[in-house]
Amino acid sequence: MSDPLDPRAGEDTLTIFERSREGRRAFVPPRCDVPELPVEELLPQSAVRDRSAELPEITEPELVRHYTTLSSKNFHLDEGFYPLGSCTMKHNPKLHERVAAVPGHARLHPLQDPEYAQGALELMSRLQGALAEIAGLPHVSLQPSAGSHGELAGLLLTRAYHEANGEPRSKVLTPDTAHGTNPATVTMAGYQVVKVGTDPDGGVDLDDLRAKADADVACLMLTNPNTLGLFDRNIEEIERIVHDAGATLYYDGANLNAVMGIARPGDIGFDIVHFNLHKTFTQPHGGGGPGAGPIAVADRIEPFLPVPQVVRRPGRNGTEPFFDLEYDRPLSIGKMRGFQGNFGVFVRTYAYIRSLGGDGLKEASQVAVLNANYLKALLARDGIAEYLPIAFDRTCMHEFVVSGRGAKERLGVRTLDIAKRMLDHRVHPPTVYFPLLVEEALMIEPTETETKERLDHFAGVVRAILEEAGDDPEIAKGAPYTAPVRRLDEAGAAKRPVVRWRARDENPGDPARAQDAPASGTGAM
Amino acid sequence: MSRYTGVTDRELREMLEEIGVGSLDELFAEIPEALRLRRDIDLPPGRSEQEVFEELSALAARNRHCDEEITFLGAGMYDHYVPAVIDTLLQRSEFLTPYTPYQPEVSQGGLQVMFEFQTAISELTGLPVSNASVYDGPSAVAAAGYLAKLETRRSRLVVSRGLHPHSRAALRTHAAGYGMEVVEVPLGAEGATDAAAIEAAVDDDTAAVFLQQPNFLGTVEELGELIEAGKRTGALAVCAADPLPLGILKPPGELGADICVGEGQTLGNRLDFGGPSFGFFAAAERFLRKLPGRIAGETRDVDGRRGFVLTLQTREQHIRREKATHNICTAQALNALAGVVYLSWLGRRGLVELAELMLRRTHYAREALGLEAINPGPVVREFAVHVPDLDALFDRARRAGINPGYRLARDYAEYEDGLLVAITERRTRADIDRLAAVAGSIREAVTA
Ligand SMILES: Cc1ncc(COP(=O)(O)O)c(C=O)c1O
Repeated sequence: MSDPLDPRAGEDTLTIFERSREGRRAFVPPRCDVPELPVEELLPQSAVRDRSAELPEITEPELVRHYTTLSSKNFHLDEGFYPLGSCTMKHNPKLHERVAAVPGHARLHPLQDPEYAQGALELMSRLQGALAEIAGLPHVSLQPSAGSHGELAGLLLTRAYHEANGEPRSKVLTPDTAHGTNPATVTMAGYQVVKVGTDPDGGVDLDDLRAKADADVACLMLTNPNTLGLFDRNIEEIERIVHDAGATLYYDGANLNAVMGIARPGDIGFDIVHFNLHKTFTQPHGGGGPGAGPIAVADRIEPFLPVPQVVRRPGRNGTEPFFDLEYDRPLSIGKMRGFQGNFGVFVRTYAYIRSLGGDGLKEASQVAVLNANYLKALLARDGIAEYLPIAFDRTCMHEFVVSGRGAKERLGVRTLDIAKRMLDHRVHPPTVYFPLLVEEALMIEPTETETKERLDHFAGVVRAILEEAGDDPEIAKGAPYTAPVRRLDEAGAAKRPVVRWRARDENPGDPARAQDAPASGTGAM
Repeated sequence: MSRYTGVTDRELREMLEEIGVGSLDELFAEIPEALRLRRDIDLPPGRSEQEVFEELSALAARNRHCDEEITFLGAGMYDHYVPAVIDTLLQRSEFLTPYTPYQPEVSQGGLQVMFEFQTAISELTGLPVSNASVYDGPSAVAAAGYLAKLETRRSRLVVSRGLHPHSRAALRTHAAGYGMEVVEVPLGAEGATDAAAIEAAVDDDTAAVFLQQPNFLGTVEELGELIEAGKRTGALAVCAADPLPLGILKPPGELGADICVGEGQTLGNRLDFGGPSFGFFAAAERFLRKLPGRIAGETRDVDGRRGFVLTLQTREQHIRREKATHNICTAQALNALAGVVYLSWLGRRGLVELAELMLRRTHYAREALGLEAINPGPVVREFAVHVPDLDALFDRARRAGINPGYRLARDYAEYEDGLLVAITERRTRADIDRLAAVAGSIREAVTA
């Protein structure tokens, strides 16, 4: 199948377990300076393992090579354009890694007495203040660990709020354009999902909203700009309808990158907001986290915030203020997770806010919107627009959605094929097949950190792929050709799941099996 | 122009012209006038890289970190040595800067890492399937509660008070949403969970029983017995575990646990004042299609080459929406990478050697301190003692540059004079002897 002299052939997909050779090691234990009592004297037989866990045995050089080789198979933001819609793949400043690694941050124990963690608590307090100012809502909890965790916190707060008012409710409204985490969160929070439709303009269908916003509705979860990249022009009316029904208005802040310093969810009337620090505030995405999903809330929601809250206690008689963790909050929903949240993410976020300042954040949003509209205009030119029409052709915010309907009908290539062909051009495809209400969707978010040349190049790539498909659609259908692997059998992977490595003879579902099912794939975020 | 954006004046004109508008402001015309912020955001102006570095370093200098004192503080996160290979590998842009591997052909590195991580967690826990990470230990516990609800449709969760207080708190918070009652079972006289008490607490409406190995006080629980007692009425047995001691302790899966979750900080992640680290979630085979979060699976490409993909996605929010088995999307992939690199660095024998070193030093320390044990039974990395005068101990220890541990009264009214002392490979005999000297002086002061 492959050239035996190709140094990567054959062995570059070996797992670290398959590279193991008995007797090798990278770790040398520190010397034992206490009596070496036998384990049997210290632990009951019933508690002790019969055989050691089958971890790899490998030297440090081979360990480093293994993971370095693996890393080389990842496309990444530092390498090239990554317009993954809704994910805000903006540049990750390298300073942030340096400040997060300072021992005073990185080696600080989460249960250190506040007295000896004043720097960390002050940083959190200042970050809370900055996020409150950006959102236009006075109270912040940094605790949730990602967007969806913030959403869950938001609905648990909503539940606590209605229960405290003696009027529990059972339904939560989510537009059909909502990200999947919204309805999934609704169910986890013990509510029933009620879907609200989208009007021909791409906004919330007001009549549908009015019909559904009854006294049993606890909340409307809204992303604005929404996942089509459109700012809902009827937001004032939406706010009135929701609040007249006595429900809370929740802001999914995944798209906050469009409006920093331009409009604030709190001023619009949202009661609860989550931030995706890993999107708007440029946390490196790490191949799928870590992130953080702080929330900001209005006064009436504040009593229910998670514990502990970081508070600033004024200093007495001219002494310094004291930053503390407050646990005594009787109406609190409790804890969403351990300790105080993803502090390492807060350090990077704070560094970002300090680097940009108020003006810089606003400029970031302005350029994000400029770049998106510019790229949208490039894709609206002849030779592209026939195949990839803009789904809702209005001025967009930081992202926009095109439909691959034209390409499918006229060229016989699907959005998936176009996306896969982009891989051969060394650009990351946009988010595909979301939002669901756009057929063959491609959701494109360039972000503000891309230059005009990058946007021009991407438009050129799209044009080239479409032209090529006009000549021979099979090329796109077979793509990619230059990636470490070609299309993968996802259906087969799900049908006969192999989710851990086992020695060959131990593995009933070994993938050295027939490749019957065709490669398939839907994108998602 | 900021240092991360690069639109020149000329480009701005060209771009606006291409768009067909006259100014940047026009692009925001869709936002109703009344809702626009009519002032600048009230934040200080931006600063140079150097100034930001200095400002944050100055803040950091006001924290007392683990190199500035001899710390015996643990209680869920521990001062372990993080090897240099982890810094090197985690800072590679190829791992640091991509997102979730939605395009598997150009994400084989990240996907294979997930697959290897799942394998390592499966080995440690003795359970055949693992996901690719959740947020942290306590949120993993809460996720297990949700799975138990989906699986059993029952409404009670029985929890040993040996479970980390943050795990119990997170479970209660989440359970208030998915509509379950959480019932706590007190620890027995010797700081271990009592099997009879567990047996008495479960009933036909109990969805799951939650245990922790070792428990919060450091006690090595009689896990097999507890699991058996807990499963009496058909509840699932969920065990939270610290993965490092699992190098020598019997894996929960072998003792009948249906689900094993835990906090991954001890596997190559820094303390970071509490996060980011990762949570892990492993389970019996029959729960594979109900697990929360991402799972990587092995497959082949059209040319027959081995490859990896995100699999069983019909569990997840982006496909199943309100019917998803959990709402998690972004998780802790980079921290899980640190976990699998760390376990590979330790290796099969190294993990055992490290766990044994901790075990021996822990027993040495308990003896050396000479204080009355709250949990006199077996311990592996942490233990709890009664201290005659806790304030005095803290005072003297602090003056000697020692952080003596965790005041149990912060979470357990029943252990008012309790101190939880954690040992890692970084705490040498000399460190322990220094703490013991302080403890000795307290003992003497009290008896004098
Ligand atoms: C619109 C929207 N909402 C919510 C989320 C969930 O955020 P997270 O992945 O941080 O949980 C995302 C992104 O993933 C999103 O794009």
